[in-house]
Amino acid sequence: MNGAHALIESLLQEGVTHMFGYAGATICPAVDALKEHPEIAYTLVRTEQNAGHMASGYARISGKVGVCMVTSGPGATNLITGIATAYMDSIPMVAITGQVPSNLLGRDIFQEVDITGAVAPFSKHSYLVKNANDIPRVVKEAFHIASTGRPGPVLIDIPIDVQEQQLKSFHYPEKVEIRGYKPSVKGNDLQIKKVVDAIARSRQPLICAGGGVWLANAQAELLELAESCAIPVVKTMMGIGLMPTDHPLNMGMIGAHGNHCANQALARADLLIMVGTRAADRAMVDPREIQRRMATIHIDVDPAEIGKNMQAAVPLVGDVKVILQQILERGAPVTDSAAWLEELKDYRKAELSRVFPRREGYVFPGTVMRKLGRQLDEDAIVCVDVGQNQIFACKYLPQKKGRLLTSGGLGTMGYSLPAAIGAKIAAPEKQTVVICGDGSFQMAMNELSAIRCADMDVKIVLFRNHMLGLVRQIQCRPPYHGSFGVALDGSPDFETIAAAYGIPSLVANNEDTLDETVDQFLHTKGCCLLICEVHPDVGTND
Amino acid sequence: MKQTISVLVENRAGVLNRITGLFSRRAFNIDSLAVGVTDDPTVSRITIIVDSGNNVVEQVEKQLNKLIEVIKVRTLEENNLIGRELMILKVNANNKTRQDIMTICEIMGAKVADISPTSLTMELSDTPDRLDTFQSMMRPFSILEVARTGVIAVQKGGGKI
Repeated sequence: MNGAHALIESLLQEGVTHMFGYAGATICPAVDALKEHPEIAYTLVRTEQNAGHMASGYARISGKVGVCMVTSGPGATNLITGIATAYMDSIPMVAITGQVPSNLLGRDIFQEVDITGAVAPFSKHSYLVKNANDIPRVVKEAFHIASTGRPGPVLIDIPIDVQEQQLKSFHYPEKVEIRGYKPSVKGNDLQIKKVVDAIARSRQPLICAGGGVWLANAQAELLELAESCAIPVVKTMMGIGLMPTDHPLNMGMIGAHGNHCANQALARADLLIMVGTRAADRAMVDPREIQRRMATIHIDVDPAEIGKNMQAAVPLVGDVKVILQQILERGAPVTDSAAWLEELKDYRKAELSRVFPRREGYVFPGTVMRKLGRQLDEDAIVCVDVGQNQIFACKYLPQKKGRLLTSGGLGTMGYSLPAAIGAKIAAPEKQTVVICGDGSFQMAMNELSAIRCADMDVKIVLFRNHMLGLVRQIQCRPPYHGSFGVALDGSPDFETIAAAYGIPSLVANNEDTLDETVDQFLHTKGCCLLICEVHPDVGTND
Repeated sequence: MKQTISVLVENRAGVLNRITGLFSRRAFNIDSLAVGVTDDPTVSRITIIVDSGNNVVEQVEKQLNKLIEVIKVRTLEENNLIGRELMILKVNANNKTRQDIMTICEIMGAKVADISPTSLTMELSDTPDRLDTFQSMMRPFSILEVARTGVIAVQKGGGKI
């Protein structure tokens, strides 16, 4: 057995059933070995970055490690943004890259690039394999590292001669032994007690839930804690969807672009319980101020997050699900938060009944979100891009029991379409919707090919304002002097583009008939594009 | 405040790169860094001196711990460590100055490593403070070259990290 077959055999041992990739010279042995294994399905992307995003969407929905495989040099560098995007959102991923022959490493030969060096700052770990006999162990370790503790992307770089090298024997290890890697699981009992005491003392407690709750699969525990202690919940962008919008304890999304009611709750709480969030700048503009004003509890699987952005009074390191169970087992105290909940209820009501502006010949994104959300399946997967479309979706799209996937950490435009493809592959039975702008769509629309190849039922909502709307919003505020370089002149007619891929489209430009248009869109068989005409002056605070 | 962080890592290619890369990416400043293999040939010890507040050092420790190839990290307490640095220093020396230089060497415990009609090369292993003193005493004789290893350290007593 050669290195390439050992690689594919190892992936099979890890239960891999789908891969995303782009072939090239130095990865040919691995692709050749993959050809013999129809039990691993393969999606060919149109640019390597999207192999990363598809693997990310796939991982987030399947709960498994997403796998992508590309060639050396430009293939590897194109994948970098996909890896960095996964790193910032802690997505479990294994990226495999081909490499030039090991005896020529460092000579700057054709399509050579030091990819392990390049991704070191934004990958959880990386391997440059120099001996085919190491491949089974390396794959085993890579999957273990990618999926445990705080998940993240792991890169395996394999020179072509190592892929071709014969192994002495293939043996897939049962266990992983890495002496420098032992993620903590259980929370410290003394700290758990402190948390319970702090909750019992507080009058105005607030839970801030982030993407870590999804990663730990701790949605039920979070809900139970909130409900049994009567604690309202705000979420970061990565935590959206952890609670249905109509849940009485749901206060929406915090942050610079968040819901007013959520930010009010954060400003007035006397106890903040952060669960699986790093208190990044977009969510908490001034963490020191929060730290000064209220008691803080920080629950996270990554010890380095404690004290990085905020120095919480009670840190709790471990698996979020396990820790929440520990707190619940200790007997979650009932807080006297009735007055606090009453106060917040009014803020929430005001937010939900907010009246959006109307313009003849256009639809307002917030209005589209509400109407779309109402008609979506209970467990729909919505993949949201970056920009105004993201802010509108995160603020106003009603959440039920589905998922909202977006590039929250890195803010990578062009994420939504490939992520939706990965998500659809992971859960073909679930309604899958893309929400993007005309800027972000043009960063990934070449991936419509994957939708066409597999006849995928992915619905795409495209907000067309002929503008990079969110950048324009920044440019029109001091210290800048007006918009420049953000008009999307020369954009193609998206209906024609869709038609070229055999995808039907609809246009929404009238709010009176919007319900019918959305209904027609969602009930079109297979993929469909809904182009929403948005006035270029629309801003996210309208 | 200067603090000494002792790090045990896998003795493999590329590990040092990950450590220094982490320092630059997270904007931590390194005062000195020394690396060498331990009694176990699969393990290297890296001694890092950082000049930062406690919060930063705590973050440095935590971020180092996240690296898969880092086995152990410990910040050594200032009054509970044996820290040494090696310096090789070359000065101009002639028949007139050589004796004065030798006197300082004797006082500081430095050894002569090389001699030529116009120069003296000395080696001294001591704490960084004492090396600084020695260096400043040599300055009047016109220093030609200095090489320092950076501090290596272990904790006092029978314990180990």
